Amino acid sequence: MTNEHEFDAGSNVGKDRAVGAESAGEHRTLGQEFRGYALGLALAVALTAASFWVRGTHLVYGPSLAVALLVLAVAQMGIHLIFFLHITTDPDNTNNVLALAFGVLIVFLIVFGSLWVMEHLNHNMVSTDDLMRMQR
Amino acid sequence: MSAEALIDARSQVTGHGAGGPAPKRIIVGYGFWIFLLSDVIMFSSFFAAYAVLFKNTAGGPAAQQLFDLHNTAAETACLLGSTFTCAMAGLAVGERNQKWTQLALLATGLLGVAFISLELREFAGLVARGAGPTRSAFLSSFFTLVGCHGVHVTVGLLWLGTMMAQFYAKGFRQNIRHRFLCFSLFWHALDIIWVAIFSLVYLVGTLPQELLP
Repeated sequence: MTNEHEFDAGSNVGKDRAVGAESAGEHRTLGQEFRGYALGLALAVALTAASFWVRGTHLVYGPSLAVALLVLAVAQMGIHLIFFLHITTDPDNTNNVLALAFGVLIVFLIVFGSLWVMEHLNHNMVSTDDLMRMQR
Repeated sequence: MSAEALIDARSQVTGHGAGGPAPKRIIVGYGFWIFLLSDVIMFSSFFAAYAVLFKNTAGGPAAQQLFDLHNTAAETACLLGSTFTCAMAGLAVGERNQKWTQLALLATGLLGVAFISLELREFAGLVARGAGPTRSAFLSSFFTLVGCHGVHVTVGLLWLGTMMAQFYAKGFRQNIRHRFLCFSLFWHALDIIWVAIFSLVYLVGTLPQELLP
């Protein structure tokens, strides 16, 4: 284990293709890696197809469509993160996961915070259109 | 494995306790990951602007009348395919196989060009119908959000061409491989952004008015 982890000795050749990739303990063969990517692609295609299908069908309760599409989108993002960006629970990956968690927090604050604040503004203020009508 | 053994194994990993410094590959990936997350945060601001301005059509066309979901599906297929071929290029780089590296990168690039062409055609069609970015706040936010993603893909294509040339001219040197690692992270992250765009902007955006939250 120690030899394989000599600092930047180029001993990780062949495994340097993702944020985390695997720890030196487990060597995955080319075939295993290919199957991993193929599975990721299959899941992503399935979720994309499900999104477009849900959008077109009348089998799903209408008012729940937006939430259903949001859930499918989040699921597909998760698939991409795991299979293509290799964000895993590997100890090598702890920092990446923590940074991701912080990023998700900020994204959540920006998007939902903006919607929340602007919704209240729309409720409490006269819209420009109404103002123009009143002045006439 | 007992708890002590697990803790011991973790402390042996590089970057943790007795494991010594992490390999450069991990550090390069981490640094670029931080950049990507800041890019995602920038996109989240554009998403927030789009969501807030969605109904401000200023009497102009709304999303329901504008977007063609067949075009969106084709764009999605291109980008998803290119993400997979980019991963294949990663495997070829791992095997030091010049031919397959170049072929997989070429396929990635062609799919990216197809994506950009479809997007530009859509934009040109919108502008021709009088629904350009100056028409309403809704359209301004739409062109900013989707256009910003398109610009990222275009920059990614330039980077891709550079990577092909560098692999060809300089071989599979470590620093070139690290650049490729960053490129593949960039490319996969763009696909994640696109998942949000096609789901929220196109699929949710074109739902009938009464079904929108």
